[in-house]
Order: sequence, then C-alpha cells, then structure tokens
Amino acid sequence: MTHQHVRTLTALGLARVEGEGSLHVRVAGDQVEDVRLEIYEPPRFFEAFLRGRSYTEPPDITARVCGICPVAYQTSSFLAIEAACGVVVEGPLAELRRLLYCGEWIASHALHIYMLHAPDFLGYPGAVEMARDHRDLVERGLALRRAGNAIMEMLGGRAVHPVNVRVGGFYSVPGRSDLGQLTAQLRAALELALETVRWVSGFDFPDFTVDHELVALSQPDVYPIERGTVITSGGRSFTSAEFEQNVVEQQVPHSTALQARLSGQGGTYLTGPLARYSLNARYLPPLAAAAAAQAGLGESCRNPFRSIIVRAVEVVCALEEAIRLIEEYQPPDVASLPVPAQSGRGHGVSEAPRGVLYQRYDLDPDGTILSARIVPPTSQNQAAIERDLGRFVQARLGLSDDILTRLCEQAIRNYDPCISCATHFLQLRIERG
Amino acid sequence: MTSVRRAVIIGIGNEYRSDDGVGPAVVASLRGRVPVGVDLLISDGEPAGLIEAWTGADLVVVVDAVAGTQPGLLHRVVLAGSDASRRAGLGAEAGASSHGLGLGTAIELAAALGRLPGTLIVHAVEAANFTQGVGLSAKVRDGMVELSAAVLADVG
Repeated sequence: MTHQHVRTLTALGLARVEGEGSLHVRVAGDQVEDVRLEIYEPPRFFEAFLRGRSYTEPPDITARVCGICPVAYQTSSFLAIEAACGVVVEGPLAELRRLLYCGEWIASHALHIYMLHAPDFLGYPGAVEMARDHRDLVERGLALRRAGNAIMEMLGGRAVHPVNVRVGGFYSVPGRSDLGQLTAQLRAALELALETVRWVSGFDFPDFTVDHELVALSQPDVYPIERGTVITSGGRSFTSAEFEQNVVEQQVPHSTALQARLSGQGGTYLTGPLARYSLNARYLPPLAAAAAAQAGLGESCRNPFRSIIVRAVEVVCALEEAIRLIEEYQPPDVASLPVPAQSGRGHGVSEAPRGVLYQRYDLDPDGTILSARIVPPTSQNQAAIERDLGRFVQARLGLSDDILTRLCEQAIRNYDPCISCATHFLQLRIERG
Repeated sequence: MTSVRRAVIIGIGNEYRSDDGVGPAVVASLRGRVPVGVDLLISDGEPAGLIEAWTGADLVVVVDAVAGTQPGLLHRVVLAGSDASRRAGLGAEAGASSHGLGLGTAIELAAALGRLPGTLIVHAVEAANFTQGVGLSAKVRDGMVELSAAVLADVG
C-alpha cells in the first residue's frame, strides 16, 4: 500500500456564473486525473413543454429559458419555424431583428463585464465590493446595460422576455422617429463602450491559450449576430439544417446537460466570443475594429481570460450596428409576414451572447409542434471548459487550494457559462491524492 | 399637501417555475387596479435590472417567492434609509448565479451606489414548489387575494 498525502478541497458555490452546479477536479500525485463539470439541476424540460403547442408559441415560451438572453432563444426559434413553413423574412423586418439582438448583446455583455467578470481582475469578491470603491465604473456598466435594455424595450415591448416578437416579424413596428429617440443614448453609450475596451485591455491576463476548434456563425459582410451559416476554424461550413450531422450531443454520467462534439474526426469545440471574433474579426465595424487593434487583440484571440476584451469590443460593435440600423431604417409595410402552417422540419441558428444557439422543430400540417430540440451554447462548451480547466490546474498545481480554487472560479467565468440554459451551475471541489 | 410619489410594484420570478411565478401573478392581478403614478413591472430578479427599475422611485414594493417551511406564509419587510439592507438582514447571499444573486445583492449594490429607493417593501411568499411547470400550488394560490390586497394597500 502506498502512502499518499491527500487533500480535498470543497468550495460551496461558485459565484457570478449563471445557474448552479459544481466543478470537480481530481489530482493524483502530480497529474490532474479528472475534471468534471457536474451539473445536478434536473434538465429543463422546455423541449417537452413545446410538444403539442402551436407553432406560433415558441418565441414566447423559449424566451423563458433565460432572463439574460431571451432574444437569442426567440430568434433561433422563429428562424426554425419560418424555415419549416418555407418563409424567409428579409428587408426592414430582418434589420429590426438584428437591432433587437444588438440590444441583448449590449445588455448581456455589459452585465458580464462589469458585474461578473471585472471584479476578478480587480481583486474584489464581487460587484458590490467593487461598487463601494469604484462607483463610477459600476455606474458606467449600468449605463451601458441601460442602453441595451432601451433597444429591447423599444422593439420588444420590455427588456426581460420581450413580448413584441412573433413568427414572421413583430406585433408592431416602430416609426423612424420612435427609433430616432434612441440615437442620443446609443451614441453616449458608444463612448462608454470604447472606454470599456481601453479599461479592460489594461487588466493583467494569465498566459493561457486554448487549441479547440472554434465554431461560430458567418453572416455575409457583417459580424454575425442574428442568423448565418456555421463555420469552424477547421474549415467546416454548414447550414442550420446540417447542424445535427455536424454536432453530436452525448450524455455524460456526471451532468444533466448534454455535451456536444463535432462529428467524425472533430472533437471538443468552443463557441462564443473568442470563436466569433477569431472567425469574423474582419467584419467588425470601423470603431470596433480600431478598438480591437488598440487593445492588442490581433487577428484571433485564444486566451479565454482575454474574452472580457472581446466582449467589450462586441459591445462597441453592437452599438455601432444599432446606430447604423436606426439611421438606415425604413419602416416595413407590414409588422409581420404571414406564415401559414405546414407540415415540415425547420432549423434555426443565431449567435447568443455566449455562442451558437441551435433549435429545430417538427410541425404537423396544422402547425402543432411534434418535436423540438434546443442546443444552447453552454452545453456545447462544457467539454471544452473541462479540458481547459484540466490544463489550467495542471500548470498551477504548486498553488494552494485556496488560490487554485479562486483561479478556477475565474477561469470558468471566462466562458460566461449560462447553465440556467444548459441546466444549472456551480460548486467547486478539488481532490488531491 | 404632498407631491405625488412615484411608486413601482415589481413581481420577481419565473412563471414557468411553479410558485416562483407568484410575483408575476400578483402583478398580473393588479393590472388596471393601481393608482395613477404606480408602475407595474415583472423582473427575473437580476440585480442591475432591479436597480434600474427602482431608480428614481420614492416607493418600491417587491413581491418574490422564497424557500421556506410553511408554503403560502406571507412575510412583509419594510426597508427605509441607507442601511436598509443591514437592518433587514438581506445581505448579499453567496449565490451561484446572477439570478441567484437576486434581491439581496440588488439592495447591497444599490446601497453602495446610493440608489436605494426612499422606501422598499418586500412581500416574500413561502413557496411549496419551484419545479418546472406553470401554475401556483394550492396554498400559494389561496394567499393571492390577501397578498394582492396588501400590495395595493402599500401604494394606496
């Protein structure tokens, strides 16, 4: 029998990520033997909720999957249903959808940057403590979030779980003067967003690079947000209809969220800001591109700790896009296109703030939903997070458990996991044997 | 004669999580019944959103479901002044998510930013069931009339 020094560390809950779960790290000797994201909240049954409901309902039902990114869920759902019914929404309605989605990006990223992630880099346990010393910074984050919410309130009817979104378009659309009321606020927010990029690019970042295949959408001539085809750093390109041939979900014993891998020779992959930026940086609008260059991001970014810079650049991008869309806006003749029910299968993808979000619906002839599938970004990233954390811990085994736990918490927040969508998150345990 | 106060009633919760929907249900029951100058809002409890919702309000009434041992039991807590969060014992809980951060964190953060409302009243309802699904449990539903009346009385 060998005698080993055994240390077990348990942290009761990782703060500042979405949902509940735990991270379990087992270290044998000087090797990380196992890393598991254990997600113990029962799976969410939205896919089951949707069966038997009308094809008009998913935008309202799926919005409830997440309070932080409801527009993402609405968007992938109506794209899938419109595809099933053979309808393509273009022109001003499609532009309004992009504008609405910009609002969500701004609000979601501002929340993550200022309330969840920045405290890690400044040495605070959370946003409350940071606010006591840096009231101006937190107010800046809230002002940015407010700008995003203003877009969502204008187009969606309200910021949380927008009610004005429907299959085919909107229930009502704004006039030019309505949208024009947002411009001054968005221009002011754009300045705050540029300040944010400068601020976060000055943080100290651990030296850490990931080598996963990167997966993001590609949208002609623009930075991908509300639709597109899927592309990867390994050279794949596929439509939403081909998603399930290219992405394989599998159950793992320790998680109630399914883990995703690329089919065939592909494996673990990463979606989200790092992938979006690395595959689409050349499509950033001018101010965002300049801010990225000044922040030293380069053509790609594979350090998850620097994802806070990418998010800040994407806030600039979303604000620039929002201002452009408002300036170019010509109200559509109708608030929505007719989408007659028909039997069929449809697929939809969009870029949620946390990455590619896929949905698929099967409809019967009167539009009743026969089956639904939702693949959220966090479950796609779960295996990549596990692999990255294993490498991250391996390189830092000399650190004390306390420090290592704190660094792991920070490392996980790099991915902005929304386990409320994938199910729930997070408690940390490191076993050393 | 006093000037008209701006008041906001906020229902926190998710109506797809059973009793967690009691806050939104109360807000729904009060539509068309509140005095002029009183806004009705539904929130997922995310702190930044809550602070935005109550900024500038003199009076804020929040309805939220809480875990407890007596489903349907109503609690009413009145917070006033800058040390409201400490007096109410609603410190920032060690949450695992920004949803989990919730009301306690929102109050602490608002206090740090000087953005607490003049008076904040919290109606907390002990829930029986937070699982996926729509509809309230019987004991929580039975308390809805009393709860809505109490909220209405706060802004009356």
